[in-house]
Amino acid sequence: MPILGADMVAGTLIAWRKQPGDRVARGDIIAEVETEKGLIDVEVFASGVLERIVVQPGATVPTGTVLALIREDGPAPAAMPAVAAPVVTAPVVPAAVEPARVEPAPGERKRVSPLARKVAARLGVDPDTVGGTGPGGTVTREDVERAAAERQAGPAPAVAPAPARPRMDVARMRQTIAAAMARSKREIPHYYLAHPIDLHRVLAWLAEENARRPVTDRLLYGVVLLKAVALALREVPELNAVWRGERAEPSAAVHVGVAISLRGGGLVAPALHDAERQPLGDLMRAFRDLVQRARSGGLRSSELSDPTITVTSLGEQGVERVFGIIYPPQVAIVGFGRIAERPWVVDGAVVPRPVVTASLSADHRVSDGHRGGLFLAAVERLLQSPERL
Amino acid sequence: MSASIDRDHGLGLLRQMVLIRRFEEKAAELYTVGKIRGFLHLYIGEEAVAVGTMQALTPEDNVVATYREHGQALARGMEAGSVMAEMYGKAGGCSRGRGGSMHLFDVSRRFYGGHAIVGGGLPVAVGLALADAMRGRPAVTACFFGDGAVAEGAFAESLNLAALWRLPVLFLCENNLYAMGTALERHQAQTDVVRKAEAAGVPGEAVDGMDVLAVEAAARRAAEAVRGGQGPRLLEARTYRFRAHSMYDPDLYRAGDEIEAWKTRDPVVLFTAVLRGQGVLGETDLAAMETSVAAEVDAAVAEAESGPWEPVEDLLKDVYTAPVDR
Amino acid sequence: MKKMTYREAARSALRQALAGDPRVFLMGEDVGRYGGAFAVSHGLLAEFGPERVRDTPLSENTFVGAGIGAALGGLRPIVEVMTVNFSLLSLDQVVNNAATLRHMSGGQLSVPLVVRMATGAGRQLAAQHSHSLEGWYAHVPGITVVAPGTADDARALLLAALREPDPVFVFEHAALYPMEGEVDDTAGPGEIGRAAVRRVGTDLSVITYGGSLPKALAAADLLAAEGITAEVVDLRTLRPLDTATILASVARTHRALVVDEGWRTGSLAAEVSARIMEGGFYDLDGPVQRLCSAEVPMPYARHMEDAALPQPATIAAAARAMLRRDG
Repeated sequence: MPILGADMVAGTLIAWRKQPGDRVARGDIIAEVETEKGLIDVEVFASGVLERIVVQPGATVPTGTVLALIREDGPAPAAMPAVAAPVVTAPVVPAAVEPARVEPAPGERKRVSPLARKVAARLGVDPDTVGGTGPGGTVTREDVERAAAERQAGPAPAVAPAPARPRMDVARMRQTIAAAMARSKREIPHYYLAHPIDLHRVLAWLAEENARRPVTDRLLYGVVLLKAVALALREVPELNAVWRGERAEPSAAVHVGVAISLRGGGLVAPALHDAERQPLGDLMRAFRDLVQRARSGGLRSSELSDPTITVTSLGEQGVERVFGIIYPPQVAIVGFGRIAERPWVVDGAVVPRPVVTASLSADHRVSDGHRGGLFLAAVERLLQSPERL
Repeated sequence: MSASIDRDHGLGLLRQMVLIRRFEEKAAELYTVGKIRGFLHLYIGEEAVAVGTMQALTPEDNVVATYREHGQALARGMEAGSVMAEMYGKAGGCSRGRGGSMHLFDVSRRFYGGHAIVGGGLPVAVGLALADAMRGRPAVTACFFGDGAVAEGAFAESLNLAALWRLPVLFLCENNLYAMGTALERHQAQTDVVRKAEAAGVPGEAVDGMDVLAVEAAARRAAEAVRGGQGPRLLEARTYRFRAHSMYDPDLYRAGDEIEAWKTRDPVVLFTAVLRGQGVLGETDLAAMETSVAAEVDAAVAEAESGPWEPVEDLLKDVYTAPVDR
Repeated sequence: MKKMTYREAARSALRQALAGDPRVFLMGEDVGRYGGAFAVSHGLLAEFGPERVRDTPLSENTFVGAGIGAALGGLRPIVEVMTVNFSLLSLDQVVNNAATLRHMSGGQLSVPLVVRMATGAGRQLAAQHSHSLEGWYAHVPGITVVAPGTADDARALLLAALREPDPVFVFEHAALYPMEGEVDDTAGPGEIGRAAVRRVGTDLSVITYGGSLPKALAAADLLAAEGITAEVVDLRTLRPLDTATILASVARTHRALVVDEGWRTGSLAAEVSARIMEGGFYDLDGPVQRLCSAEVPMPYARHMEDAALPQPATIAAAARAMLRRDG
């Protein structure tokens, strides 16, 4: 298939003008090829006998494909191959990126990235005391976070009921998780429920609400789900409890533990305190703050021991449905999968709706499936009136 | 053809036309296998225009051409190898591989490109002629352009300025009847290019562009007038390209019988017959000429194949004279 | 040193160039008998004759192209395109020929061409006669772009342009022609590619050029009365930009305000801002700010035109906002 234009990558063979056995001469038209621009004649640059047709009419093949074989007259041809020569490989040209600039002498000014300054202010770290690992010794966000974690790691934590401080030894954190999970599966008789929930009202309301809010105050849908869980617990309070010895102790306050994976590996689930009483904006700020501190090593030990229930969301990872393992001494964990467009029947008609599957893993010693089902139904109902959350 | 032709001159003209023809046939072949990329505009069918007009020029004259300029470059005496290497994009190309098929340059032969914006070469030609006029150099600037260019403002502006200042420009309109795919009568109300020139104050003449001797004679008349200080002249060569506008052109806008009719007036065939009729060209002459042209084309391809690529480190070279990264 | 106007300084450079080099000639619309649309070439026709001071038809594309051809042919043409507004008609020759011929010919050709034109607004000439498009020109590799903001530079940069082997575009701000300044008319050519610190300061760098330079200096006076010292950097050459001088100033002041009469979107100010981000990021105490013309076709009415353009008061206000401390 000849290359007939700079942007031609393939052509469709329409018809052969010559048949096997026919004589062909240099300059003859032997075939017609359909291209993006229309029908173009294929000229032959060799003289001889058309020996065999390789590509049949109707076939679309890339340029460079052998269409037919011609047995040439006379002696062996000169240097040039007739078709299917390897395409010239152009020399590699470096992208037109300006070389990294050598800065003018910056004096004694410490190089701290704007983000690092911001994080340092929140973590109470003086960036000028932090060693920089970025280009030219620049202090980056990670440098500040590391400095904060190192400072935190100083005195050993007094209370360590749950996964310990971030930036701790990952292997140690893994051991803690292992112990807790093994104990959970050993001791807690889990039951699992799942409940698909239509989120179209939530998403529409969020879009409107966020348009009104300053960029820094915008809400994530995950926080809306957290709030719905916290409120639904008022209706099924036995799920909001801790197991002490032989029985569950219901908790008056709803402290929702949010599962946060750490960049260096491992997991923590610190508490959003009194989640059911906080307006969404406050909850959002508290959530952001919690994530930042979880990842930079600024969690308080109480935050790790306070949760009365845990929520884990794996939707970002594309997970359809979560089957969580309860974090002892809690008695339930709520999971959310991804939001996906699904067929949904409304008034007898199938319509596409953004649907998330909420799941509940609960301790059968404390609650039954009936109550768990009511809880998930309450979550669903609350999410149909997002403006009231 | 009344007067008999000088044998050497006649064979010289024919050989140049055959060289252009065979060179371009090879270029078409190389394009289909990806050796030559970009746009490739072939001159096949129009060889008599470049070869005939170049006879009227001296080495001191300037040439400004279009993007369909392989014929002009070869007729001006540029090495086939350097032109082929340019189309390959090699460092040994006449423009070091920066120009390709559409931008052939050779300052030593006063060949100033290779202009691929239609009409873009005309103002430059006027300026070259202005420089010669102001410096007292008795040279002619020959400026090739197609029938499509007469639609550009640069055509009207340049003819006017050259006439206004009586500059030594020889405007050479290669009228092959189509501006890419648009026929002259489909884009011009006044299709007579000579009348357009005369309206701008530039005397013009039309000539059969398929007859190399007629082109040569007309070009000599026009160039003589220009050289004699009479101001610019325009020569319209009526010709036809036998191939499509570029390789990637299904030729939807031309009737097959129109193309076939023009092919009966193939300038190479016509002139071969003239030379034969006058007994200037013997049977063996033509075969020998084809053999020597084939060898020249093969050598050009070999040179292009074996030549080196320009090192990538030279990418920013010659953007400015000073070797700096601006 | 002599006191002379920007116009006289440019004329002095033209006269010196014409007198000193027989290859130099001036052509353009009304440069001869009329004396130049801005009277820059006034008197030169009588002095140098019609061969070297050539009136052209209103054919911008062709006389700029002819300038390119004449440069190829061994002359040193100075082409005047009256104003940047009309230069749009010659952009093909600028972008496709002047800027490319050297590279496209593999280094065989050289185009020592100087193109002068007036640029800018401020004279109530409305939308078609008030453009500041020098930033567009500065986008194109292969050409050099200068924009004098002082009378001395109107002379020195024009003389420098004539020494370049490649095409140089000189943008003279139309509102500056009557501005007087100290000019050393015995000095040699200026240096292309070198910005100048016109006023030293410590609180922020105001980076500007051309017609906005006097406004920036006036703004610096206003700020000085409030105890704010602004450093004023005059770019002078828009291509190639003197990045080192810009960055050195920002390294001293840690704040940068770029003032550009061009429209903001895709502006030269955007390029300057990007270079500071690339090379001076860690020296900054706050984001780089830009003050450009309002994004409207220039209105005719005086108060509206004033509002559309950077002014000393708006430059000073932008500077104050950058230095404000909240709590």
